[in-house]
Amino acid sequence: MKKTAIYDEHLNLDAKIIDFGGWQMPVQYSSIIDEHKAVRNKAGLFDVSHMGEILVKGEDSLELVQKLITNDASEMENGQVIYTPMCYEDGGIVDDLLVYRLKEDKFLLVVNASNTTKDFKWIKSNSKLFKNVEVSNKTDYYSLIAIQGPISREIIREIVADDIENLKFYRFIETTINGFDAIVSRTGYTGELGFEIYLKSENGPKLWRKLIEIGADKGLVPAGLGARDTLRLEKALCLYGNDISEKTNPLEAGLSWTVKLDKKDFNGKNELVKVNKGGLNRKLVGFKMIDRGIPRHGYKIKMDDQEVGEVTSGSYSPTLDENIGLAYIDVDKISIGKEVDICIRKREVKAKIVETPFV
Amino acid sequence: MTIPNDLFYTENHEWISVDGKEAVVGISEHAQDELGDIVFVELPSVEEELDQFEEFGVIESVKAVSDVFMPVSGIVVEVNEELMDQPELINEDPYGSGWLIKVEVKDKSDLDKLMDSAEYKAFIEEE
Repeated sequence: MKKTAIYDEHLNLDAKIIDFGGWQMPVQYSSIIDEHKAVRNKAGLFDVSHMGEILVKGEDSLELVQKLITNDASEMENGQVIYTPMCYEDGGIVDDLLVYRLKEDKFLLVVNASNTTKDFKWIKSNSKLFKNVEVSNKTDYYSLIAIQGPISREIIREIVADDIENLKFYRFIETTINGFDAIVSRTGYTGELGFEIYLKSENGPKLWRKLIEIGADKGLVPAGLGARDTLRLEKALCLYGNDISEKTNPLEAGLSWTVKLDKKDFNGKNELVKVNKGGLNRKLVGFKMIDRGIPRHGYKIKMDDQEVGEVTSGSYSPTLDENIGLAYIDVDKISIGKEVDICIRKREVKAKIVETPFV
Repeated sequence: MTIPNDLFYTENHEWISVDGKEAVVGISEHAQDELGDIVFVELPSVEEELDQFEEFGVIESVKAVSDVFMPVSGIVVEVNEELMDQPELINEDPYGSGWLIKVEVKDKSDLDKLMDSAEYKAFIEEE
């Protein structure tokens, strides 16, 4: 089982540790609900060093990236980030990731922890189509610390060497923080103002302690994977393995804004063009429980005693104090406000389809 | 971690407090701590008759779904209605206001299959 460089800090903070994608990660420190609310109202600090970082460099980098992803990296400026799925030929999703353009011919791909090995192999094998490109796995090189919440900028401002006041959403700078070389990126998985900081792993624990030290008085708390999951669900952000997978395509997952079908050529293009033309069978939608009960991944959904879909993510929402979920539902059965039955254990429990994000 | 002396415990972390024919059932402080913030409880109906170690309800935290089992055979005489709106009582006071159900005990010899506080303490340390 792997541990991040910051692992001992979590033990010192009495975190509850779980196995996540082969990593020993903190799921909560005090309470998922308290940590969730801290991120919405103040700020939370997440160790997400388990995420994979894959570096692509060389003259043909852009061409390889364009082949891999469904979004379009060709117009990216240095210092820009895009979110994108990466598909197989059949349109199924290999992973969803962030693409950082470090230089004209240098990209950093940030992938899900549980997919890093699979992704690296996939990217490596695709790279054989190009002459001048080098792919390397930098996961162990980086610590990744996310600080998320309305006061996150106020906290890091005093230790970042460059100006971050005007750093836009999905932009990053290469700068120093607390004296350490770092990439500071205005990205995150919570739907709040927030930053993700990439730095050499040996500096990870030092920065973690520094941020707690300067942020605690202002209301910054360490936050675990539990809060990370409820925060992203309230914003209807997809989680790989739950809402998207090799068996789902990005169009039905509501990610069509990241699929540029007019782009020259990319893995999955032919299949996705076909799907787009023929229409979708099912779509990922949000729902709220009407009756008592918490929806969970895998629960079946019925309408008039007929199975019409399946829950992909579900939880209690700390912000709304309601139970919410995401589900694939047959496209002809979807309309906002429509009631469905969620099969929870032996009961059928009422829910209604709603607009997303929930919060 | 509190483990009151006057209770009996199961391997699934329920506790039972017996007074004559009637008993109160809940989950241990250790169990609520393992689950984290409890946000949903499903309990049986009054008058339901259940066997020892039979599932009688469900407790859900933000992250986990956990079944709860009868420490003894008996008939449900009361359920803690407060938990419908305030499931967090189980986190706050697992041996008090966070109780789950009251049962009429069928056969007191069922208690022989449970652990006392010292045995339960050793059991969770080993787990």
